[in-house]
Amino acid sequence: MIPAAFEYERAGSVDEAVALLGRDEDAKLLAGGHSLIPTMRLRFSRPSLLVDIGRLDDLRYVRENRDRIAIGALTRHAELIRDPMLREHCALIGEAAALIGDPQVRHRGTIGGSVAHGDPASDLGTILLTLDAELVARGPRGERTIPAAAFFSGPFENALEHQEVLTEIRVPKAAGTYLKYVRRAHDWATVGVAAARVDGRVQVGLTSMGPTPLRARSVEDALADGASPADAAAHAADDTMPPTDATASSEYRAHLAQVLVRRALERL
Amino acid sequence: MENLALEGALTVTFVRSLFAHANIVDVDATAAEALPNVQVLTAADMDLGVFGPPPFPGVNPGMGRPLLAVDRVRFVGDIIAIVISDDRATGADAAELVSVDYDPLPAVVSPYEAAKDEVLLFPEVGTNVAARFGSPEHDEKLFGGCDVAVSGTLVSQRMAPCPLEPRSAAAELGPDGRITAWLSTQTPHQDRMVLAGTLGLDPAQVRVVGPDVGGGFGAKMLNVEEVLVVWLARRLGRPVRWTETRSESMVALPHGRAARLEFTLGGMRDGKVLAYRLEVLQDCGAYAVLGAFLPNLTGLMASGVYAIPRIEFESRSVVTNTTPISAFRGAGRPEASQVIERAIDTFAAELGMDPAEVRRRNFIPADAFPHTTASHAVYDSGDYEGALELALRSVGYDELRDEQRHRREQAATTQLGIGISCYVEITNGIAESEFGEVEITPDGGAIVRTGSFSHGQGHETTFAMIAAERLGLPVEKVTVHKGDTDEIAKGTGTYGSKSTQIGGAAARLAADDVLELAKQLVADYLEASPADIVLDPAVGRLHVAGDPSIGISWADLASRASADERLAELKAEHEFQAAPTFPFGAHVAVVEVDTETGRVELRRLVAVDDAGTLINPLIAEGQVHGGIATGVAQALYENFVYDDDGNPLTGTFVGYAFPSSADLPSWEAVEMETPTPLNALGAKGIGESGTIGATPAVHNAVVDALTPFGVRNVDLPANGENVWRALREAKA
Amino acid sequence: MTRIALTVNGSRCEADVEPRQLLVYFLRDQLGLKGTNVGCDTTSCGACTVLVDGESVKSCTVFAVQADGCEVTTVEGLAQGDELHPVQQAFHEQHALQCGYCTPGFVMATISLLKENPNPSEVEIRDGLEGNLCRCTGYHNIVKAVQAAARAGA
Ligand SMILES: Cc1cc2nc3c(=O)[nH]c(=O)nc-3n(C[C@H](O)[C@H](O)[C@H](O)COP(=O)(O)OP(=O)(O)OC[C@H]3O[C@@H](n4cnc5c(N)ncnc54)[C@H](O)[C@@H]3O)c2cc1C
Ligand code: FES
Ligand code: FES
Repeated sequence: MIPAAFEYERAGSVDEAVALLGRDEDAKLLAGGHSLIPTMRLRFSRPSLLVDIGRLDDLRYVRENRDRIAIGALTRHAELIRDPMLREHCALIGEAAALIGDPQVRHRGTIGGSVAHGDPASDLGTILLTLDAELVARGPRGERTIPAAAFFSGPFENALEHQEVLTEIRVPKAAGTYLKYVRRAHDWATVGVAAARVDGRVQVGLTSMGPTPLRARSVEDALADGASPADAAAHAADDTMPPTDATASSEYRAHLAQVLVRRALERL
Repeated sequence: MENLALEGALTVTFVRSLFAHANIVDVDATAAEALPNVQVLTAADMDLGVFGPPPFPGVNPGMGRPLLAVDRVRFVGDIIAIVISDDRATGADAAELVSVDYDPLPAVVSPYEAAKDEVLLFPEVGTNVAARFGSPEHDEKLFGGCDVAVSGTLVSQRMAPCPLEPRSAAAELGPDGRITAWLSTQTPHQDRMVLAGTLGLDPAQVRVVGPDVGGGFGAKMLNVEEVLVVWLARRLGRPVRWTETRSESMVALPHGRAARLEFTLGGMRDGKVLAYRLEVLQDCGAYAVLGAFLPNLTGLMASGVYAIPRIEFESRSVVTNTTPISAFRGAGRPEASQVIERAIDTFAAELGMDPAEVRRRNFIPADAFPHTTASHAVYDSGDYEGALELALRSVGYDELRDEQRHRREQAATTQLGIGISCYVEITNGIAESEFGEVEITPDGGAIVRTGSFSHGQGHETTFAMIAAERLGLPVEKVTVHKGDTDEIAKGTGTYGSKSTQIGGAAARLAADDVLELAKQLVADYLEASPADIVLDPAVGRLHVAGDPSIGISWADLASRASADERLAELKAEHEFQAAPTFPFGAHVAVVEVDTETGRVELRRLVAVDDAGTLINPLIAEGQVHGGIATGVAQALYENFVYDDDGNPLTGTFVGYAFPSSADLPSWEAVEMETPTPLNALGAKGIGESGTIGATPAVHNAVVDALTPFGVRNVDLPANGENVWRALREAKA
Repeated sequence: MTRIALTVNGSRCEADVEPRQLLVYFLRDQLGLKGTNVGCDTTSCGACTVLVDGESVKSCTVFAVQADGCEVTTVEGLAQGDELHPVQQAFHEQHALQCGYCTPGFVMATISLLKENPNPSEVEIRDGLEGNLCRCTGYHNIVKAVQAAARAGA
């Protein structure tokens, strides 16, 4: 299918993108396009103006920032996988990125687009939430930092304002793991589970278990109280709202979450 | 068709129903027609009658499909209006602007519900039952004398055929009033007849050309879309072109399978099967097309590879508010083999006997052919036990059973399952004929014209090899022409895996005829008797028997005949008709099942497929590989599903679980050749065997892995969720 | 309309495109490069795979305007005269195609895969081609073709 017609502008800088967004309330940013274009092709989304930030190469980086790692919003999945810095300090990001879609998708999709799109099945969304990442956004009133816990506000919704551009993602150095259950290799997660040790505490996140990426707080609390991985994992589906769709039923997702959380904890 | 340069062709876009069942109150095209050069046509503009159902005996003739929905839509995807535009993008814009006022009706999605006749799709017909086959009478004594009888249900789930190239059609009215239709089809000649019939034309007024087609798998037969494209070209007097999108194809291209099969199998404690009862409820989708007829084939093949003394079969085909069901790789036969193979395994489990052993005790023996089954099929040749033994040896059956035992003793999380399927199928099922013509070209090569069609089967190569071998020509000198009804006098097309056995055989016979004609011509030139002329196939030279020095090569013969204007003598056509053949084989699948998540990994699949003599083993093997992948896709991945209101939930490749290379292993294909006596080539069909054999093998392997947990069946597709459900039920 | 300038199969070209024109339709309809196919509308099948700046990309999910200034390679840009590209050659020799509709996409995906990993294992090949679907071959001979191409140093 062919998208509805729209206007197109390429931004030469973040500030220009912010200004262009101000032109039209139905304007949208275009990064890798690998979430937006599919929805436009099915005409689920019909922006009037696309502001292309795909060429802002200065937002493609991974660098050490004291005890944290800073990742430019336009860093592509394929770059996250290969990055030596991430491999050393926060390997689960590359591990999760390697499980996204297929190689062609990973050549185009960006971490910023991945989380800004707000798909409850986004693997990187879960990782950032699990790691208590910080998201840096620039808008007409300057820059602000949004904690991941406040970023994901609903399905395909987030805390960004219309004119704000996500520029950087900051994650702690952490050891962790990501398990993704899929029907087919290239599918979105039926259920995904991230587990990481952040500042000595074990944190657990879930993909496709509700309207947004979720934290498995009951599991974390049980672990903090000294529960075994198996006992803690029994709480994996507490306070979740797993959907029923063509991929899986809600009940099966709840069951998978328990198995995968236990396995992730055992691997940690 | 998309690649065809058709000057000034208009683009056709169909406006399709978003409701599964509704009355159409109004169609307003004002906004759409306000776009530049857009025209919208609806049922009010239609002057043609209902399309189908095909004239199969026993199929209710009142359930055909209007070319454009009249007053009522019966599935999501039914065509309500046609948008004509200059280009694709405008067509998409305009289609969205056609506003349809629906009055929704309750939808009936499950064939069980449909069979109750509470919600009717065709109130004027008074029932949803489109066809019944077999006998509704029960023989009370069918299972008399049996020690054991087992029952179960196998749902052969609905599948979308998914040829990678979506359909496409184009048509143009010539200055002479003849219409040319370019169709992505498997059956150009049949399409010409049906098109002419539907449009009320003389078949001579219609030319059908089948360009290269990106896969058919049974689904690409003439459908309403192609008829509409041709109708439009005539009505508008302009060339028109239509290419479906994938989302459109997923609901508009007919689906396959969709049968519920209930079995009871009875026999003795020693493993001998005595009686079998099979009851089929076939979902035919919204209109009675080929799907309504498929259970007939299932019934015919009910006995499988086993000598079962008593068989009872009964089927009903019902319409539902879903995409129509038609042929899909196997068409009616996979269902038969899926259910008998499941039944045999269920019987073996009940007896606590090795499933291979139960099969051995029931095979039709290799020396019993031709053999007539209790379900009335006449099998031509076979060695079913030989195929099984070969498959078991190739896979290392005993070692695998040892490993399985070990994992069971360890109570390992990941269990091993080994599944067997022995199948027989029918190709050229309705004993059709095919046309072949061979002609020598001025340069001493040959052209083979065939009524078969190729959409990925490689008939060009296979048929060229057959003719080249008969004529002693290098294969590069032979070209195969197909798919154009103006060039090829007649044909039936490609389906039911019949092309090589009858199309190839016809090409061979025509080549033999040409050789005889050539001998006469050579005899004239050499002033010898035709009976004394022989062919040296190694060098492609015709010479006097006993004296190779007096002779003439094909190239010289052709150039001399051209000069003398006698080349036309070197041309012959042949039509070949033969009874059905029955390819067979044995597949063994090895799976690992994660008993916590339910996840199934297919580790190995050994396939012994015997399709008689193989003309081109490379091509035959390719057909087997592709067939296996489709069979495995049904066993583990694909399922086309609707919600209760008839909305498709798997209408794209995102939802519909078409597996990629990463989801499948390499295949271990083992050759076996038992020639058929029914044609000179000894060849049977190979196009569907892999599919038919693979599904039950993998299905049985998954259940086998779970036997220690008390699991007796897993619903198809045997994916993680269905395995988990089966485990949970067995525990409860 | 937006004016774009890009390199396609080594030749510079300039064109006016509607912003909504997808790269695949730009290549097929505007440049007449019909080798790149379209098999779906959800970025799933890979039939449309081309190389953009040397990397495999699904050209049905890129607007032509996004390719402005880029270097695009399609299947038409592979053969050197009569000589097939080693990957094409391997697909041909290993009988890795039947209907052929998926083949250009698989060939392009393979080139990108072998560039990133010149000696892939069977599992790496299967995973590396997860973005391409084929209905005819069951993938078996495609995997063999990639192995052959890797051995040939493609
Ligand atoms: C076939 C396929 C399979 C996929 N499978 C997976 C999967 O398994 N797991 C997974 O996690 N993802 C998957 N994805 C999604 C993929 O990761 C996308 O690339 C990603 O979600 C979006 O990134 P993008 O750069 O392409 O964003 P775009 O599509 O360009 O944009 C997405 C949205 O985010 C907004 N946006 C983009 N960048 C910014 C920014 N810097 N600041 C503010 N807003 C911004 C856009 O306006 C738009 O609304 C898949 C995609 C496809 C096509
Ligand atoms: S056409 Fe591009 S992925 Fe299917
Ligand atoms: S060869 Fe037909 S889809 Fe791959």
